[in-house]
Amino acid sequence: MSAVVEHSLTDRPVLDPALAPPFPVAALPVLRNPQLRKNVAHAIDVIQAKRAHLVAEKTDWQELRAAASAIKDEALAHLDAYLTQFEGRCTTAGGVVHWAADAAEARRIILEILREEKADEVIKIKTMTSAEIQLNPYLEAAGVRTYETDLAEIILQLGEDEPSHIVVPALHVNRSQVREIFARKMGLPDLSDEPKLLTAAARNYLRQKFLSVPTAISGANFLIAETGAVVIVESEGNGRMCLTLPRTMITLAGIEKVLPRFQDLEVMLQLLARSATGERMSPYTSLWTGVTPGDGPQKFHVVLLDNGRSSILASKKERQTLRCIRCAACMNACPVYRQTGGHAYGSVYPGPIGAILTPQLEHLRHAQSLPFASSLCGACYEVCPVKINIPEILIDLRAQVTDQERKTVGKFFDPMYVGLRAANVIFSRAWMFHAAQRMGRMGLKLFTRKDGWIHSLPSVGGKWTQTRDLRGLPKETFHQWWKDRGQSSKGAREHGSEAR
Amino acid sequence: MRASLFITCYNDTLFPETGRAVVTLLERLSVEVEFRPGQTCCGQMHANTGFRGEAFSQARRLVRMYQDAEAVVIPSSSCVAMIRDQYPGLFEELGNEELRMQFAAMLPRVYELSEFLVDKLGVEDVGAYFPHKVTYHASCHGLRGLHLGDRPMRLLAKVRGLELAPLPNLDRCCGFGGTFSVKNGDVSSAMLAVKLEDVLGTRAEFCTALDNSCLMHLGGAMHRQFAPMKTIHMAQILASTQSQPAEVLA
Repeated sequence: MSAVVEHSLTDRPVLDPALAPPFPVAALPVLRNPQLRKNVAHAIDVIQAKRAHLVAEKTDWQELRAAASAIKDEALAHLDAYLTQFEGRCTTAGGVVHWAADAAEARRIILEILREEKADEVIKIKTMTSAEIQLNPYLEAAGVRTYETDLAEIILQLGEDEPSHIVVPALHVNRSQVREIFARKMGLPDLSDEPKLLTAAARNYLRQKFLSVPTAISGANFLIAETGAVVIVESEGNGRMCLTLPRTMITLAGIEKVLPRFQDLEVMLQLLARSATGERMSPYTSLWTGVTPGDGPQKFHVVLLDNGRSSILASKKERQTLRCIRCAACMNACPVYRQTGGHAYGSVYPGPIGAILTPQLEHLRHAQSLPFASSLCGACYEVCPVKINIPEILIDLRAQVTDQERKTVGKFFDPMYVGLRAANVIFSRAWMFHAAQRMGRMGLKLFTRKDGWIHSLPSVGGKWTQTRDLRGLPKETFHQWWKDRGQSSKGAREHGSEAR
Repeated sequence: MRASLFITCYNDTLFPETGRAVVTLLERLSVEVEFRPGQTCCGQMHANTGFRGEAFSQARRLVRMYQDAEAVVIPSSSCVAMIRDQYPGLFEELGNEELRMQFAAMLPRVYELSEFLVDKLGVEDVGAYFPHKVTYHASCHGLRGLHLGDRPMRLLAKVRGLELAPLPNLDRCCGFGGTFSVKNGDVSSAMLAVKLEDVLGTRAEFCTALDNSCLMHLGGAMHRQFAPMKTIHMAQILASTQSQPAEVLA
């Protein structure tokens, strides 16, 4: 069981699934913070509107989605072969490919490379995968200073905060909060909150790092098996700077990022930019293949990270999770995320994709509350550019969690579990169902007020009546009315109440 | 035309007036309605809570009960979505070939109420009269699960006297989600508050839908807040006529 950590409003959010509180608890600080909820809803509405506009102009959007999911399925079906092909091509082009089975191994590999380079500082292109393996704290503890170069990541790093979104990591921070962080950390007490001036402050801060730090770390949006290329898309150009000035580049990429062919980018880039930021094309799309003499980093490493991915690959039903291209359209569309923001998910991957990805990466040892953190409204599946049927996987993971939990003594007597077991017996025979209805009506009568409504219920029911009344049970069920009406048809007689 | 009504467990228990309205409506449209008293639940609650084995036995029970029905009409989008989207997976995993065949043969004859009216009977004007201002809430399962599209709106547009008030952010969930509403009660309540703002903003007298589950959620909050609006299942609006007005609960 995951330990419940004391969590107050001012604490740094816990994005470690092993330590984070369960979702319903972790959501409370945000639900009680109207400013934060406003920041999140506003930011999401802006992205959503841009996305809707640009998706509408693509008449072949559904065909693109189908093509993208087919490409990813092909890559996943032959993942071993495509990864080996990538390794070969990348090596031929002058890169060094490393394989990391888990987070610890990936961190160790990266630190070893940095030690070899005698690097005590490193600049970073935005990479959620590095947050997944908790790279920054590890490097800092080993004496390597890390400098984020993505504007949002700078805000979070300086503000000692954590990402709440995978594309817009500082989505929950508003302009005046950014001003406060920059003023304090950059020593600029007179800084205004005008976006232009805030950006200029970040640029000044960054420029020094770009010119002085010779080692960089990146993630990858895609790896191309056919050519050995790595692809990064970004909005600000800081990634491009990291790919130009440093001597050494280390790319950390999940093994599911590989695409078979260069041409597959045609489909993927159209979908990614529109889904992620509501743009026809991302402002910067960088591709590099190994090392090019006299141009860009002269030493290049790729660390291919498994960290639970191959076990997801092994499951026929859940494999589609690995199609994800990290566009975040699902979290932008999600009515739950809209209320809670990202930190409540206790993982670097929030929202609907996080609710299915995190528990799987954790082999269901942690984050068991996440598959239940959804009303199953289906908005995520509708917008997903690679057609991941997130509700279906949520339900499947719920079954796995329930199978796990129902064997435990604590859950055996949990009111919800007792109720569902009882309901199953009741639903197996109509006469038992009808008896339960009568008993339920009598039981609920105790709680029903004169106006015919229930205002307060004990136990699990109390979670309903905290904000909602419940109409008292009507005197007559439908089937009683039907029976009294005396019109039971021939079909009804054939199917007596004992039908199974 | 003979239709077998699957009322669903919660409509039978909590919203019998919806069932009565479906019977009135279909009989007015010359459909012979039958009701099989052995029916209980489609298994959705168990399936969505992770009780797969239990969901399977209820699903099997439903298929065996209705396999010979000419048409099965269900006044609940989410139960129809359960049958269409989740039964195939359950039967694939836990069922046998015979059950899968029975299900495949039955599935095309399972209709959500608005589908049955518009697609099977080919009617949009059901001769209803409901002189009130109404807003329509598209439940997630109807909208994205069943792709009901504009069928509900077409039916409402033909109701005499009805003034339709468009609901902003129509595609946004009300936060019910079955056991989600209690397992994540605080998040669910926050979603409900946002939805309710849009719904009450229409200043309609009634909020209607094809799922009583969403309406129970919205209506429960309306009652708690003394809001000047009531919820009503669309079947009750469509059944309503000048001589026999809809049953509306105080």
